[in-house]
Amino acid sequence: MNRDCLLKQLTILDFMAVDLQLYLDTHPDDEEALEKYNQTVMQADAIRAEYENKFGPLFSFRSVGGKSYRWLNEPWPWENKFNFEMSEEG
Amino acid sequence: MYIYEKKMEFPVKIKQTNPGLAQLILTQYGGPDGELGASLRYFSQRFAMVTPQAKAVLNDIATEELAHLEMIGSMCLQLSEDADIDQIKKAGFDTYYVDHGTGIYPSSAAGVPFTAAYLQSKGDPITDLYENMAAEQKARSTYEYLMKMTDDPDVLEPLKFLREREIVHFQRFGEALRYVKDYMDSKRQFSIDKPDCMKSEPYKSRCTRCK
Repeated sequence: MNRDCLLKQLTILDFMAVDLQLYLDTHPDDEEALEKYNQTVMQADAIRAEYENKFGPLFSFRSVGGKSYRWLNEPWPWENKFNFEMSEEG
Repeated sequence: MYIYEKKMEFPVKIKQTNPGLAQLILTQYGGPDGELGASLRYFSQRFAMVTPQAKAVLNDIATEELAHLEMIGSMCLQLSEDADIDQIKKAGFDTYYVDHGTGIYPSSAAGVPFTAAYLQSKGDPITDLYENMAAEQKARSTYEYLMKMTDDPDVLEPLKFLREREIVHFQRFGEALRYVKDYMDSKRQFSIDKPDCMKSEPYKSRCTRCK
């Protein structure tokens, strides 16, 4: 997967996790939702590892850095260049 | 503790410069029903919340609102950064430009600076949760008004996403309120320990006030 594709998959999975976690805050006994949440987090972790391995750390102090300090890599998320287009398929 | 993650919650990739629209959307950055006020409100109220569900809902929504603040700032940046002076004057962005250039400053669309007077933290979980449900509805209305101001899909997509999140948050606050009300209605026992000087011997001898 290229960078845009990995970032899109990660954005989708992380958002699913955010929304499911918030749902579980008020529905802690919903086993189906909990199972879905667990699966989503595991899938997101796999994609996150691949992204960080290829393109540098995502977290300010939770990511293993590798040989060079890639936290300073441009672009930053709020810049146009960083993001992918929603209209793209995939 | 907070960790910053170097990505957007939802991508912002705007091709068409439009400084006038940036000025309007800025109201969700530092305006009366904006994301900064929302995050600060829930983050502060969180400390007085009862029941684990309500604490979690306020904590997690306060955190998500910061991600929304970042999206709004990014939208304003991308809409205004490449504007030339003619575009800036024509759009009426000049009044903002002379104070802030194309920097992102927390203010309303009309230029009123952000103030903590936009939010309350009452120390009463029921009162706070009702305020939050109203706040989510006010933000939803603002996003709907903003969506009437453009037909640019690059701008509409993130606005639609943010509007939908207001509705989800409203729902979660309503559920948290249910938990808090049930907790308030439940029978609870309160006990206060006697001070040592009121207890029978041998504790009595320990109390310095009774000497």
